[in-house]
Amino acid sequence: MATDTAPGSTAEGASGADEAAPPARNPQRAPRPEGNVLNVFSQGFLWLWALMVIIPVVWIVMSSFKTTREIASDPLGPPEAPHWANYVNAWTNGNIGGYFLNTLQVMVFSVAGTMLLGAMAAYVLARYEFPGNRVIYFGFAAGMMFPVFLALFPLFKTLQNVSLLNTYTGLVIVYIAYSLPFTVFFLTAFFRTLPTGVAEAAVVDGAGHYRLFFQVMLPMAKPGLIAITIFNIIGQWNQFLLPLVLLGRNPDDAMISQGLANLALRQGYEGDSGALFAGTVLAMIPIFIAYILFQRQIQAGLTAGAIK
Amino acid sequence: MKHGRYPFILSFLALPVGLYAWLVILPFAQAFQISLTDWSGSSNSFEYIGFDNYVNLFKDERLVLPALRHTGIILVVLPVVTIALGLFFAFMLNLGGRVRRGRIEGVRGARFHKVVYFFPQVLSVAIIGILWKQVYAPENFGGLITGALTSVGLPAPVNGFLADKRMVLAAVIAVLVWSAVGFYLVFFSSAMASIPRDLYEAAIIDGAGRGPMFFRITLPLLWDSVQTAWIYLSIVALDVFVLIYMMTPERGGPDAASEVVGGVIWKYAFNHGEQAFASALGVVLFFAALSLAVVSLRFGRRERIEF
Repeated sequence: MATDTAPGSTAEGASGADEAAPPARNPQRAPRPEGNVLNVFSQGFLWLWALMVIIPVVWIVMSSFKTTREIASDPLGPPEAPHWANYVNAWTNGNIGGYFLNTLQVMVFSVAGTMLLGAMAAYVLARYEFPGNRVIYFGFAAGMMFPVFLALFPLFKTLQNVSLLNTYTGLVIVYIAYSLPFTVFFLTAFFRTLPTGVAEAAVVDGAGHYRLFFQVMLPMAKPGLIAITIFNIIGQWNQFLLPLVLLGRNPDDAMISQGLANLALRQGYEGDSGALFAGTVLAMIPIFIAYILFQRQIQAGLTAGAIK
Repeated sequence: MKHGRYPFILSFLALPVGLYAWLVILPFAQAFQISLTDWSGSSNSFEYIGFDNYVNLFKDERLVLPALRHTGIILVVLPVVTIALGLFFAFMLNLGGRVRRGRIEGVRGARFHKVVYFFPQVLSVAIIGILWKQVYAPENFGGLITGALTSVGLPAPVNGFLADKRMVLAAVIAVLVWSAVGFYLVFFSSAMASIPRDLYEAAIIDGAGRGPMFFRITLPLLWDSVQTAWIYLSIVALDVFVLIYMMTPERGGPDAASEVVGGVIWKYAFNHGEQAFASALGVVLFFAALSLAVVSLRFGRRERIEF
């Protein structure tokens, strides 16, 4: 079954194609012409799309070094001289630095909370039989399909009633609750794949339920936990609608995506597109670095979630 | 090990299930309830009015009907184009190379392409919106496409692509495809890598070209993955809104030409103060998502091929 691949093995599976190219050429036998034509054709298409991804990104980085007048008058050319003032503006007036810290402050708790609660629920659902197990599992899994718009306003009222609206505590628990469906769904599948032998041995040695979980099962589930942690970090870092609704009062408290949207809105009035692009580039940098460092795990983690 | 089993289960489930029920399940249930009332959202008084909101939905020609039409278009175009491109690129990466000693190869630089294609997937919608808004901008605001078109002497829309009623929806869908293709490339690619190479090598010996190879071997074996991708992309298509919020004039304009269901729910709930009406539209969206998943799971099912 192609789709039964375990999360760890998708990374290897994905790279299998690269290793298939043997470096040694065989001078006696020329490659078949059909293959050559196709090779040029496929390389052409692949590069076309690659450029469609690279050009807009590189172009916005280039534009972030231009004065606003240059951006409008000469959009395609390189900047005359790097205009660092855009970055100063984005950082100070645009408050990008502040949004960074806000987001970090929320995510330290929300990601840790998501993983802890998600792992606890998934473990029990995967390894213990009890009445209601299936109902709870499908309750979580169904949450992946709910359109979030439907819940936004009741959620707003719920938080208002307990005075958690416009607070980071409120946002943290909402992030956790809305990250649980995917986290539980994926980790349940992962805990099921772990061998029972080790667990049985630990029980024979006298480990209780709690020790079994924290000292035996959690360490064994590390690859799955890492993949899902990365997924949740990216997902929560990019979250837009929830903070927009639940954290609307004080613009200085905004999360990074929301802050960028504010900056984009303000740029509409003030016309300082240079600072907007500098802010956009600043927001891209941490994601870019994380992506380059962990791209194998990110690709494996994100796509493994889709493989059931 | 038997003793303390239920206390343990309870202690591990109480917090996650409680939080989930309180902040996810309950708000959704409340939205269903609200949709049957005439609640504005701000006052505390409301009355149950049955299904009036649902009836009125389909009479709203200004926002709801265009939004349903546009979401319908996205629902068809986004999965079809994204899956086609994803499969095409994945096939090229894995099997588009030369045939050498009867072995079929992927193209050079497959790793590089995967890294590049996938990158938009990790960018936030806010960033993608800012980026592409500028790419589509009118020439005198420094747009990339308009600037490039003019510099080679071709006509470009004077007000940019997003202010043009005929082009705005296509422009938004192009961005959606742009950001999604990388994910499905990697997704299909890892599924393709698990297809045994002997199958292709046998096909080469039989003299099959790449076209038949793709349609006779790859596609049938990837059917499950294509189906999963379809469901995922349909849900993405139904939830499209933030990009439109970031990019288009009047958040769905010009003249409601890029209005989508999510955006209309947003406008009625947070701008017009018509909570009940917005919830009714949300419920419609919910059942659309549900029935799509059910339909594609029921009718997409085929014989599974073990290998």
